[in-house]
Amino acid sequence: MTGPDEHPGIPDPTRREPADRLASEPVQSTTRAEHHEPAVQDVAAAGTEATPVETRTEGWSRLARMGRPRLTKANLLATVLAVALGFGVMTQVQQQHTTGLASMSQADLIALLDSVNARSGKLNTEIDTLTRLRDSLKTGGDAAALKAAQDRLTTLQILAGTIPVQGPGITMTITDPQKSVASSNILDAVEELRDAGAEAIQIGPVRVVASTWFALSDQNTLIVDGTTLKPPYVVKAIGDSHTMSTAMAIPGGVVESLRQLGSTATITSANVIQVTALRASSQPRYAQPDKAAG
Amino acid sequence: MIPALGLIIGVVVGVLLHPDVPTWLQAYLPIAIIAALDAVFGAVRAVLDGIFDDKVFVVSFLSNVVVASLIVFLGDQLGVGTQLSTGVVVVLGLRIFSNVAAIRRHLFHA
Repeated sequence: MTGPDEHPGIPDPTRREPADRLASEPVQSTTRAEHHEPAVQDVAAAGTEATPVETRTEGWSRLARMGRPRLTKANLLATVLAVALGFGVMTQVQQQHTTGLASMSQADLIALLDSVNARSGKLNTEIDTLTRLRDSLKTGGDAAALKAAQDRLTTLQILAGTIPVQGPGITMTITDPQKSVASSNILDAVEELRDAGAEAIQIGPVRVVASTWFALSDQNTLIVDGTTLKPPYVVKAIGDSHTMSTAMAIPGGVVESLRQLGSTATITSANVIQVTALRASSQPRYAQPDKAAG
Repeated sequence: MIPALGLIIGVVVGVLLHPDVPTWLQAYLPIAIIAALDAVFGAVRAVLDGIFDDKVFVVSFLSNVVVASLIVFLGDQLGVGTQLSTGVVVVLGLRIFSNVAAIRRHLFHA
């Protein structure tokens, strides 16, 4: 065991543990036998709490003192070893980057193979599905494709308001005796109807679509998309009539706020509401499809 | 100071030359590097403890590398190469950690 007699003047509580000797490498004992110098090179004192015996800067100054260039044989040898270490580290790092499967262990390779197999199975299933779809499109003639396209067209036409539609829905009649209904109230009503699932809305003779705007005229009457309306305003909405009429009648909702303005809104549900107002489709002048993003 | 410069030189040379590791060395190089790192950190700690000795450093560096490689070689022969490599890395890693902790206490008192 290394004792304080071997290292006079260096009281160091961080080492001298029996565990050190077990963990340290064999060369240590031989080196110590040959030299009567302080010879503990690496100390594996795990978990020892060192009480600092040096002042704050002593550690740094000691490091600097040892770092001074000294031209001894051993220092040179250490340098050679350091060069070898740096070289080895970089070699290994680059090797790690360049080699692919060759350096992997058997277990890793098996895991990789498994995952690749699973993935290939999944892709095969996808190929089957797509092949079947393609065959059905081919053999079913153009009927299937045509039907899909037709459905899509109808959806878009309803959204754009270019075809008349009918279905269950509600009719809301809004009177405005005091000319107090603002455009924002109507906008609120439309938003609320959309939230309740309205699929087609018409106000007076105007179809409400994505680009519809609301304003007030000089006589405090409503303007929708440039058309001046006269009260009472009739709002027709196609959708689930129960949901929509409930949404209109919620406390603090459209009907109540209209009543506070001195207007009355009456809602009637019907199995067939006809939204016949049309909107001419127009080619957008500025917005173009972004093919790169699509 | 000079060894530290040497380390940098070695890194630069390694980057520039981009050498291929021979197949027979591939299993041992990583372990040898870890072992050498352990010796280096041990040396820094010895410096701070005031008991550094050049000769001991050189010998412990080399013996660390040789012993670590031998253990891996033996493990390969016995068919437990991977497990033994892991064990060696764990042990050396523990030692590096404790050495770094001691260095930290010396330098930062924390």
